[in-house]
Amino acid sequence: MSALFTVFSKKPVYSVLYLIFFFFTLFGHYILLNAQFLAAVHLIVYAGAIMVLFLFVIMMLNLNKEIEPNKNIVSKFAAVISSGLLLIVIVSVLKHVDVESSKLNSQTDIGLVESIGHVLYNEYMLPFEMVSILLLTALIGAVMLGKKEVK
Amino acid sequence: MEPVNINHYLLLSAILFCIGVAGVLFRRNAIIIFMCIELMLNSVNLLLTAFSNQHNDASGQVFVIFIMAVAAAEVAVGLAILVMIYRNVKSTDIDVLNKLKW
Repeated sequence: MSALFTVFSKKPVYSVLYLIFFFFTLFGHYILLNAQFLAAVHLIVYAGAIMVLFLFVIMMLNLNKEIEPNKNIVSKFAAVISSGLLLIVIVSVLKHVDVESSKLNSQTDIGLVESIGHVLYNEYMLPFEMVSILLLTALIGAVMLGKKEVK
Repeated sequence: MEPVNINHYLLLSAILFCIGVAGVLFRRNAIIIFMCIELMLNSVNLLLTAFSNQHNDASGQVFVIFIMAVAAAEVAVGLAILVMIYRNVKSTDIDVLNKLKW
């Protein structure tokens, strides 16, 4: 529901606030799925860092006005129709997929830091290092792009 | 009231993903398009976590952590590019950026 508001609210700041609400509902879902570590990371990374970044950019660029000058009805209609068709396709495919619909585990400890750490540092060591290099590259790239050109 | 199983999470993730697609197609503001990309990534994260819970395997949650890192990098670089675009054309409307159209 708040995801819908994110898409359809007029002002960018309001849709950021709805997006924060959406992230908190996802946080609740992670808790319900016994993924405590993921829930904490999700809260810190998304609700903390990324949303502050969005809000900061919106405030800095002073964008809080309704800039939708050319309301092209045809393209909006086409957007809604095509995404609805995508939803119908996905749902009808999922109807035929035979997932073993057992109950979700409510008593499991794979979401704890210990088990995730075991898998992360044993099986996925190389991707972990790659991700750290990627983050470093993104950091340098963002700084390079963000600074004003030196004449 | 039947208990929540994996099918509910499949349906919820499909709906969230399609809302994200609708937002990307619907809005003309580049910042909101970034937010909708975040929506899609998060729906995939939710589904990965649900399957990881069902199969009792922590690999899915490790992949969710990777997706979060990639999303953070993408947002940082994307917003930096957006600030540059705003400095050049004084707008974040993506219809202004039609110089590459043939």
